[in-house]
Amino acid sequence: MVFVAIVVLLALLGPLLAPYSPIATIGIPGQAPSAAHILGLDFEGRDVLSRLLYGGRTTLFMCVVATLLTYAVGLTIGLIAGYTRSLVDSLLMRLVDVFLSLPALLVMLVMVSALGPGQFVLIFSSALVLFPGVARIVRTSTLEVSRRGYVEAATARGESTTSILRREILPNIAGPIIADLGLRFSWSLILISSVNFLGLGIAPPNPDWGLMIAENRIIISENLYAVLAPSVVIAILILGVNLVGDAFVRSLGESRGQP
Amino acid sequence: MSDAQRNALELKDVRIDVSSHDAIISGVNLEMRRGEILGLVGESGSGKTTTALSIFGYWGRGLKLTQGQIVIGGEVMSTQQIFRSARGRLVSYVPQNPGVALNPSLRIGNAIRDMIRHERIVTTQPEEVSSMLVRVGLPGDSDFTRRYPHQLSGGQQQRVCIAASLASRPTLIVLDEPTTGLDVVTQELVLEELTRLRDKENVAMLYITHDLAVAAKIAQRIAVMYAGRVVEQGSAEEVLRKPRHPYTRGLVASTPDHLVIRPLTPLQGMAPSLRERTAGCPFAPRCPQRVDLCERELPELLEISLGHKVRCPEWNRTPSVDWTTLKARTEVESQTDVPTALKVAGLGAEYRSRGQNVVAAMDVSFSVPRGGCVALVGESGSGKTTIARVIAGLHAPVKGVIQFRGESLSGLAKHRSIEQRRGIQIVFQNPSDALNPRHSVETAIARPARLLRRMNRNDASSEVRRLLDAVRLPTSVARRYPAELSGGERQRVAIARALAAGPEILVCDEITSSLDVSVQAVVLELLRDIRTEFGLSIVFITHDLGVVATVADRVLVLENGLICEEGNTMEVMRSPKHAYTRRLLDAAPSLIAAINKWDTDEGHVD
Repeated sequence: MVFVAIVVLLALLGPLLAPYSPIATIGIPGQAPSAAHILGLDFEGRDVLSRLLYGGRTTLFMCVVATLLTYAVGLTIGLIAGYTRSLVDSLLMRLVDVFLSLPALLVMLVMVSALGPGQFVLIFSSALVLFPGVARIVRTSTLEVSRRGYVEAATARGESTTSILRREILPNIAGPIIADLGLRFSWSLILISSVNFLGLGIAPPNPDWGLMIAENRIIISENLYAVLAPSVVIAILILGVNLVGDAFVRSLGESRGQP
Repeated sequence: MSDAQRNALELKDVRIDVSSHDAIISGVNLEMRRGEILGLVGESGSGKTTTALSIFGYWGRGLKLTQGQIVIGGEVMSTQQIFRSARGRLVSYVPQNPGVALNPSLRIGNAIRDMIRHERIVTTQPEEVSSMLVRVGLPGDSDFTRRYPHQLSGGQQQRVCIAASLASRPTLIVLDEPTTGLDVVTQELVLEELTRLRDKENVAMLYITHDLAVAAKIAQRIAVMYAGRVVEQGSAEEVLRKPRHPYTRGLVASTPDHLVIRPLTPLQGMAPSLRERTAGCPFAPRCPQRVDLCERELPELLEISLGHKVRCPEWNRTPSVDWTTLKARTEVESQTDVPTALKVAGLGAEYRSRGQNVVAAMDVSFSVPRGGCVALVGESGSGKTTIARVIAGLHAPVKGVIQFRGESLSGLAKHRSIEQRRGIQIVFQNPSDALNPRHSVETAIARPARLLRRMNRNDASSEVRRLLDAVRLPTSVARRYPAELSGGERQRVAIARALAAGPEILVCDEITSSLDVSVQAVVLELLRDIRTEFGLSIVFITHDLGVVATVADRVLVLENGLICEEGNTMEVMRSPKHAYTRRLLDAAPSLIAAINKWDTDEGHVD
């Protein structure tokens, strides 16, 4: 929780805290950490700390939007498929299977090369890669919950489908979904960072964590922190998001109690 | 032979604690002779399963044997190692759910062979395996031994489990509710088999059950547990005919019986939870005959006659059970001019299972008179639940009409008018998933009132309070969530939710089958009250003939989707016409039948 809060805060307020401009060359490339530059300088002589603080904003923004988009699509498909349990279910699930069978990174790379690099292409393509998993999880949970007595009771009193989904089913599948949310977010972070690392995402000189790792590989022997810092931040964020998700599910279970 | 050797089992002052040092069971003394069946009776949470598992030296995580001694077949179980060597050799276990207990990937023959081999470390001849199966009344041929568990019926699976438990020729078999999941006819077969085996193999059986009628049928002696202690113990006949502990009496009075229609007299209140158990008698708060002493001091187990022990100092004040028949209801029914509330004609329904269409109802016709209660009885697979779902609009029928207020109803609820949906409400079998765990009781009950009766927030809120009162729950329950309620309370909330729509017809699908006997009695009596109070007609689905006799005026017996007998409850129970009904009635365990049998047996002696 604290990890995530710190990372997110740093990313959001980063530009205010950053001591230098993230794109200005201010010293010798690959300079080791000193009092003036806590994390040293990168391969073009830019301040690593400043780039780290600025880079978070774009990365986080893309991941959040990508995760939301993933859920918007996955949740809708999963709920409809799980609740109708009919031909619609079979059709939707086969569609999902097709997407699931595509290798994630490859799809993203193809999309980026076809549509050109850019934030929204990255967001869109990572959502495309991630939504099938969400749809499957949501469908399975929905399938199970929709056989429960309270859903049947709602059906028998003639509640509308949207009302049943919203009031009866959604709150009761929230547990697995929130646990999954953390996982999906991490996945999108990894995917987007990977594409950036490969140099196909955010165009330099804009700062981005994945990109930073890639750029600074060449000076790893001179300033280790230029590579290590963004890697550690990504790792902490992923770990933290997952822990928060789990803790949230646990508190949900305790306060209301699943039978 | 010394006493210890003659006894198959001795539990001496056994106490098992949870990690917080509260006792789950304590002061449990049981003695069983070889070749004896002891019925261990109690409701959920009474400690009967913990007692049974203690015999195996097996207690769950965080539990500890803190006091007492367990002796099986003369051997003192002092260490886990001795317990381990005793399992199988001296004592074996038959679980409640045979479908889960058998390894689905092992053929029946191999499963039994493994048991024999494990116990005796010798190679086994195929003949030995088949003779095991023959002993429990199953075919022993290779065609049968090569089958997998899923190819057997529930009764066959349970008999395979019994055969496996006998494989090592133990002194004692512990049976944990072995027939609870079975149909009455199958249950009857298993019970007969057990009695026969007991006589033939001279093996002692500890039979755990919540059903007094089953215990009456199979056990010579009965021990009744309440809140972790044995409260009454003695010969089955004495304990059931003249229960001396007020709790046993309450259980007997709560047990419905198809042979006698009588009002059930439910026990007040609820069993105390582990933390609520006080120094005094655990039953004191619910006891109609408590004295001051009861609340301060735990009563001793007194031997009031040879072998009959009661943990109640006021035992001689326990009133005797009233076995008289309630006849009043049969007269009410003879009025024939009651208008019809619901009419079902030529109903046919199917459902899909593993890609195949299964016929659940073929040609079912019946009508429910206004204010009447019609019971649909049948074994599992007879189609009774599907019919309930069709009436409630949850399952579209293939053919037939349902008429309600003279209009024929559409197959699915969403195509029915608000008035039609309001008029027919359903209560489900399983109280644990009948209520949305994320909605408070208030939200759950208010919803139908707001949706179907267009009530505003304030009216709905006062309606919730009125209904909670009608189902005998305190109004403070409104703010609670389902997880904070017991099974019986949840089921009452589910009934209140159905009533909130202001229905004319209430469909009850096995609503008491997952409840304890005493809770069932509360719910059934409640149903009787609200039926008059709200002028309801009830369609009651059940497999329990005793329950039918308690609630219904008319009964329909279903066999494979067809009605095979229909009539006035009393008439059907007294003189069944159809062979299937007779078979059901003969197989149904009944306290009265057991007592009548004891009466005639005594007649012979005199």
